Amino acid sequence: MSPTPLLRVENLRVHFPVQRSLFSKPEAWVRAVENVSFTLRTGETIGLLGESGCGKTTLGRAILRLGPVTAGSIHFDGTDITHLEGRALREHRRRFQMIFQDPFSSLNPRFTAGQIVGEALEIHHLATDSAARNRRIGELLESVGLDPRLADRFPHEFSGGQRQRIGIARALAVEPQLIVCDEPVSALDVSVQAQVVNLLQDLQKQRGLAYLFISHDLAVVEHLAHRILVMYLGQVMEEAPAGVLSQQPLHPYSQALISAVPTVDTASKRRRIVLSGDPPSPLSPPTGCPFHPRCPVAEPHCRTETPVLRDLGEGRRVACHQV
Amino acid sequence: MPLLEIRNLRIDFGAHRVVDDVSLSLDAGKTYCLVGESGCGKSVTALSIGRLLTTPPASHPRGQILWEGHDVLTMNPQQLQRIRGGDVGYVFQEPGASLNPVMRIGAQIRESLARHRPQFANEAEIIRLLRLVGIPAPETRLRAYPHQLSGGMQQRVMIAMGLAPQPKLLIADEPTTALDVTVQAQIIELLRDLQRQLGMALLLITHNLGLVGDIADRVGVMYAGQIVEEGTALDVLQRPRHPYTQALLRSVPELGRAGRRLECIPGTVPRPGDWTTGCRFAPRCPKARSECSVGPIDWNSGSIDHAVRCPYAEA
Repeated sequence: MSPTPLLRVENLRVHFPVQRSLFSKPEAWVRAVENVSFTLRTGETIGLLGESGCGKTTLGRAILRLGPVTAGSIHFDGTDITHLEGRALREHRRRFQMIFQDPFSSLNPRFTAGQIVGEALEIHHLATDSAARNRRIGELLESVGLDPRLADRFPHEFSGGQRQRIGIARALAVEPQLIVCDEPVSALDVSVQAQVVNLLQDLQKQRGLAYLFISHDLAVVEHLAHRILVMYLGQVMEEAPAGVLSQQPLHPYSQALISAVPTVDTASKRRRIVLSGDPPSPLSPPTGCPFHPRCPVAEPHCRTETPVLRDLGEGRRVACHQV
Repeated sequence: MPLLEIRNLRIDFGAHRVVDDVSLSLDAGKTYCLVGESGCGKSVTALSIGRLLTTPPASHPRGQILWEGHDVLTMNPQQLQRIRGGDVGYVFQEPGASLNPVMRIGAQIRESLARHRPQFANEAEIIRLLRLVGIPAPETRLRAYPHQLSGGMQQRVMIAMGLAPQPKLLIADEPTTALDVTVQAQIIELLRDLQRQLGMALLLITHNLGLVGDIADRVGVMYAGQIVEEGTALDVLQRPRHPYTQALLRSVPELGRAGRRLECIPGTVPRPGDWTTGCRFAPRCPKARSECSVGPIDWNSGSIDHAVRCPYAEA
């Protein structure tokens, strides 16, 4: 592993204005991502775990410079990419790619599989002529387990799992170092989900890819990730090595999240912590610890003081007054 | 006599069969879970119980759907009205899409009451129902529009609507799929509590095997239009006999097994129209023999309480 991490995110904030009309002053700010810091090394997977609306997708998009950044910095391979624009940004874009959740809406229905995968080759001038391009498309399709002869077919002729493979081949076309996977298996059936999870693991081993794997499904995240960040309302509540989190979650939110995962293992009788209430709106986050209104162990000072993410050693960080 | 008994149900969409020879039986107060991957016919089976399929494109179902001994498939519209949303309540997958966006939730629940229990179509009963499904401050919430509620709260409203006529059976079609995992746990807990409290039967349609152990008494595993394994939830989860159920259970990622490779089922689920005459799982089955693709596969009971549609399943 190289000494400089592939990706270093420091105190990243993404706030969105809430405006009555386009030209009026913002009435409020949605704090979608609040003070998130972490590093990611080559060949490593970080799992970003959280429920809908916790800011995990916004964070993923901000890191790839597909969304706005309000404050903080993003260093990719030693270069500060937080404020890159135009050509400089485009040159860096080759090195990080994204795989999307919905394999139905993320592929252009009027493009063939070959065109979808080949488009990036053209944009980044990665193929000298059409023969080289077609050869490369064939290789890419093969590497994700698709028959290269299917390159002339359109997305609707493929199943959900196959479509997600096309999305992965498209991301691989520019030989990136980092792929942000935004819920890539959530829309797939269980048996197909396992195929795609294994494929992502194989590709990582072959190519030394780094993944930022965004998901609400702890079991899938645990399978793929080396480290897991648990997010709630835009903030990181806990960070832990993958095997450790499900066995010894420290934060009360992680504990509830883990106990809520349904299991097919009838022998393990886990005690279920059912949280009351819904996640609060990021428009008016609670004061103090964002989790305190639903927290079973909250104390009065949790309401007023925001806990900071403390380093506990052994790769664990937690933001909770009670731990 | 079981509350609901489906015998050899067959439904076609155009030239394609989507439900083929499905039989199941559900006693009053019990929970039956129908599990399967998308396109296996589980939702079509559920909709056919209240005759909610539009025909065409669906064919008139063949076989029998016996509700307290009377065949739903031969009932006249008046008899059907009593069952639909009356004796049989439905809760669907996406609460956001199932609720009327321009009607206050109280009014939507009142509609259901007015049809099936007109003497109770009043605000007190609506508040009681909203309280029953755990909606805080029901006195003010009944004036809310669906978009003012979160997904979990919307699903609670849907359940309140389903419960309004005091059904004997609640059919919940993927009631938690669109919800977050902590909210999913709340809704499953709620369904379990309500069932115990009200003594109603529950037919739960899901693709999530993890929910089965949590809530079901019996489970039917569907693959390509057929139930391929049927038994008590504990039996099927702990000692699955059909190669499909076995493979499916192994492919579910489980907590505490980080780093281990997931087993997967090669290939994909065949679409309706691509189904073979023999075992539909045979092309993906590790135990398949040449006989598997010839002729229909019959039940191999082994024990009466745990049947599989596979001649080579271990007893």
